[in-house]
Amino acid sequence: MIKRPFAAAMARRRHPLAPLLVIVVALLGIAAVYAVVNAATAKAATSASETMVTKGSKLFAEGCASCHGLNAEGSSDGPSLVGAGAASVHFQVATGRMPLAAPGAQAMRKPPIYTEEEIQALAAYVATFGPGPAIPSAAQIDGWKTADIARGGELFRVNCAQCHHAAGSGGALTNGKYAPSLMKASPLEIYEAMLTGPQSMPVFGDASLPMEEKQQIIAYIEEMKRNNNPGGLSLGRLGPVTEGLFIWTIGLGAVIAAAVWIGAKVR
Amino acid sequence: MSNTSAAMNTSTNGNQPKLSGPLAKASAATYEYLDDRTGLSAGLRRNLRKVFPDHWSFMLGEIALWSFVVVLLTGVFLTFFYVPSATEVVYNGSYVPLKGVMISEAYASTLNISFDVRGGLLIRQIHHWAALLFVVAIVVHLLRVFFTGAFRRPRELNWVIGVGILTLALLAGFTGYSLPDDLLSGTGLRIAGGILQSIPVVGTWGVFLLFDGEFPGTAWIPRFFVAHVLLVPGLLLALITAHLLLVFYQKHTQYPGPKRTNENVVGYPLMPVYMAKAGGFFFIVFGITTLMSALVTINPIWLYGPYMPDQVTSGAQPDWYIGWLEGALRMMPPIEWTIFGYTISWNILVPSVIMPGIVMTLLALYPFIEAWVTGDKREHNILQRPRNAPTRTGLGVMALTFYVILWANGGNDIIALAFNWSINSVTTLMRVLLFVLPPIAFVITKRICLGLQRRDRDKLLHGIETGRILRLPSGEFVEVHAPVDPDEVAVLLSKEEVLPLPMPPKRDANGVRTPGYAIKALRARMSNWWYRDDVPVVTLNELESGHHHAQEQVEIAGTYGVEPTVSEEVTAGHR
Amino acid sequence: MSKTKFDPYGEDNPANPKKPASSSGSTSSGAAQTHGGSYEEEIIAVEAPQEIDAKAAKRAERQVATMFMVSVVCTLGFVVAYFALPATATIELPLIGITNASNLSLGLALGLSTLLIGLGAIQWARKLMPHVEVIQQRHLLKPPDSLRKAALAQFSQGAADSGLGQRRLLRRTLLASLLVFPLPLIVLARGCGPAPKGELNETMWTGGLRFLADITYQPLKPSDVPIGGVVSAVPEGLLEVQKAQHNLNERAKSAVILIRMRPDQIRSQQGEGWDYQGILAFSKICTHVGCPIALYEQRTHHLLCPCHQSTFDLADDGKVIYGPAARRLPQLPITVDAEGYLVAREGFQEPVGPSFWERS
Repeated sequence: MIKRPFAAAMARRRHPLAPLLVIVVALLGIAAVYAVVNAATAKAATSASETMVTKGSKLFAEGCASCHGLNAEGSSDGPSLVGAGAASVHFQVATGRMPLAAPGAQAMRKPPIYTEEEIQALAAYVATFGPGPAIPSAAQIDGWKTADIARGGELFRVNCAQCHHAAGSGGALTNGKYAPSLMKASPLEIYEAMLTGPQSMPVFGDASLPMEEKQQIIAYIEEMKRNNNPGGLSLGRLGPVTEGLFIWTIGLGAVIAAAVWIGAKVR
Repeated sequence: MSNTSAAMNTSTNGNQPKLSGPLAKASAATYEYLDDRTGLSAGLRRNLRKVFPDHWSFMLGEIALWSFVVVLLTGVFLTFFYVPSATEVVYNGSYVPLKGVMISEAYASTLNISFDVRGGLLIRQIHHWAALLFVVAIVVHLLRVFFTGAFRRPRELNWVIGVGILTLALLAGFTGYSLPDDLLSGTGLRIAGGILQSIPVVGTWGVFLLFDGEFPGTAWIPRFFVAHVLLVPGLLLALITAHLLLVFYQKHTQYPGPKRTNENVVGYPLMPVYMAKAGGFFFIVFGITTLMSALVTINPIWLYGPYMPDQVTSGAQPDWYIGWLEGALRMMPPIEWTIFGYTISWNILVPSVIMPGIVMTLLALYPFIEAWVTGDKREHNILQRPRNAPTRTGLGVMALTFYVILWANGGNDIIALAFNWSINSVTTLMRVLLFVLPPIAFVITKRICLGLQRRDRDKLLHGIETGRILRLPSGEFVEVHAPVDPDEVAVLLSKEEVLPLPMPPKRDANGVRTPGYAIKALRARMSNWWYRDDVPVVTLNELESGHHHAQEQVEIAGTYGVEPTVSEEVTAGHR
Repeated sequence: MSKTKFDPYGEDNPANPKKPASSSGSTSSGAAQTHGGSYEEEIIAVEAPQEIDAKAAKRAERQVATMFMVSVVCTLGFVVAYFALPATATIELPLIGITNASNLSLGLALGLSTLLIGLGAIQWARKLMPHVEVIQQRHLLKPPDSLRKAALAQFSQGAADSGLGQRRLLRRTLLASLLVFPLPLIVLARGCGPAPKGELNETMWTGGLRFLADITYQPLKPSDVPIGGVVSAVPEGLLEVQKAQHNLNERAKSAVILIRMRPDQIRSQQGEGWDYQGILAFSKICTHVGCPIALYEQRTHHLLCPCHQSTFDLADDGKVIYGPAARRLPQLPITVDAEGYLVAREGFQEPVGPSFWERS
């Protein structure tokens, strides 16, 4: 609808390339402004990162060092975090898995005890021990919104479904470990998990699973998370076991109730 | 005793309304036309007033029948849209998360049914829910028949037919489960192929013939399709027909009760009561499965994705009725032999071929085994209360426990996930329970049955304890016993006296060895084991003295102004 | 069999309070059984029919008619929903989430319409039909001896007339011809598939074949497999083979996984130096019944099969450490080619996948 007057206006101009020129100039302008602002924030970030590291070191000494060691060298109670990277720390702490509530086969997801800012500080501090995957940027994450869902599904079934279930509802591993349901995981957390391979999970580095493919996988999981159940109640998306339970309880119960009613003495 | 024509009139309330009008005339003409040519009247005259006993548990088989009809009806609809082909196509239907993916035509057509054919998803879900209900109802019906001894002479053959129906139902279910060619069903097919391949000597050939070469090939889809829509349902229909005809000819068993004898059947006539009830029940089963299909997802094949032989999903499970075999396969320790360059995979053969073979054979032969052990070859038209056959009931619960443990282990990963247990611990525990629990279940069940027998005996002899204590002038305390309801007396008295087979003499009077002594002795010993501990039945004499005692009690109670009847709850609690 | 039979339904048993006069107790023979029944199955009403209260009858009639009418409305609703709602229409509901509106409305309409017919019919039978318990005598299952004798006599006569008894040659040749008759059926089944020619022993893997990442089919370099990582891979040229064979047979056996650990974490492997800088290639097909396995736990180096929980230790030879699988997971020796891509050094040294009789 706005196309028509715009086209008319263009028709009045003499040079056909003029609109293009306008656009190029406008884009350059935006780029210039963006560069300035970005530089400013980057500067702020550098100085901020120093204070974050100091803050993180304090938090680390209080909350993490008892298991992972004062210099993150690890102990019998927790692995070394040298080279774990910021992404790993952010994933573990933001999902509440760390600090560990109690020793067990596997750290469980629970409400995080640190604020996002504190988690960033911790991550920044641990990142200083050795090179590791950094926290993915918003641009890296947000790409999923336009990614190919079907392609993501194919990648998901090859790389993820064997542990997390084709519907992302989770699955059991050996000796009490398990692959958690993905229905609560945010795109950032999923990205970080693929990047760092928390706990039993293998690492899906950017070499074998590039950013675009990770975004496609996230797009597929987000589609699953929409809770789209065309057929009705999902029964936890756990497959034939819950379906069997349902037919033996509710299904059989309903028809037997009818049979009892039919067979009941009248009056 | 009235004559037959009188009986025909009893239920028409005397004033039979005459049907008239053009419709009635047309119906009468049609009837005459058919009767002239087919002799319809003979059959109708004989069967329209046929009597069926009324009990909800007699409708379990009917649930199976009606769900089978629902499966047939919905299945026909599905065949119009399903394409039994493994040819790869690019999916281009409405389900966005699979758009553009290369999938088989079988899977694509199943997605098409689910998303693009109006009502297709509903029919598919009804088909699957009704199929699950079909097998559930068969199993529950089987349990009812088993625990009430309804399989005894003259119904042994119908039991065998029933086991055949169960086996075919499993086959129908498995072939149907495979057809969508999704990731879950393909994994099931892979396992079936692996099991077939493990069979000594012929296994590899079996796989090559079934799959037209190596697994998976493309031939299995049309082959399974024909088996699923033609071969297995055809056989099922034939066996179900035979099953029903035998029930009709032999007449239904009945529970013990007043006026019910081994030579009669007490209930309601086929026309109109049973016609209405059975017909109505079909619509109820249809309605319930349809409502379930409107509200609850079954087998969301779109979530699983297409089958690729190098992909798998966690939580890989068969439908519930294959679960016990899956559980057995998961439970078996790794035992494999290599002899003279040939491989025998006990880890697959035992749980998937040998164990189910033995279980199904024992199940089919059970009526004959029991009859051989007990020597009871009389006709039984009155059902036995489970407590009055403690050894059978114990064996049944034992077998059921065995089955349920295998079944539970088929979902060991889901159990581990749901309760946050270790899958290894769950499996190891199940391995132990499989051998420990069934014998315990046998002993406990038998004890409970015997306890109930003793209570029945007491009730017959002394009446129902009212819980009201009386103090007699002598200072003695007595509990007031109320007489048992006559209907219940008839039930309590249905217990048969048991007579174990006598031990055969080793040699007869002339000192000649009894032929087949070992077998006969074994049989006598087993018969003894079967019947031992049974609580003796109440004899007529005992009953009379018991009544006398109860009567005395009533009189005593009356003397002291205590109402000797019991409240409804007390009676209900004793039933 | 010298067992004395107790007849629980005889005159002496009080379990039989009102025994019809026509019936007699069973005899002592286990096989023979007598009933009072005859060809005509007598039907006796046990109680006088109860008059149905006119008011109650009217109420029940209204009830049943309402059910039938609501059923009609539901059936019409089904038709309306069928045409009004496109197959993809959705609706968001509590508990269920986003569901298919067509499925929901068609199912509710059809379900209620059938359920109400059923409920109505049952209610009709319960409330409006005379509920008079009737007794029907059972007829004899066993036909009278005379009938049985006559039938057998007819059969014997027929058999004698056919000469089956005397003509031994005919009898034997007929038997022989009938015995071999099913042979064509068995022979025809032979055409269902080719003879196995050792295909189960082989995969397409040979020395120099590159590893392609599954789904993307990009050749893999050592740097693509990080420590703690797992990559599902297929042999180079698989897609061409699939296209030529028109099936997924080769994929079903040549799929592999690549994993990487620190070289010092490898306790043993199936051949000297079969890894490449800590990268190990194993068959992805379980040695139990053939499920693809890729539940790799990078900390323990355990690989778990989701079907039957066979667990393999990939740091130690690929051996079985739990579950029903009896054989280790076959390992593929690997190296890199001149361009730095991961390649197989040679094919699998043992058959992959589930056991079979001829496998040694």
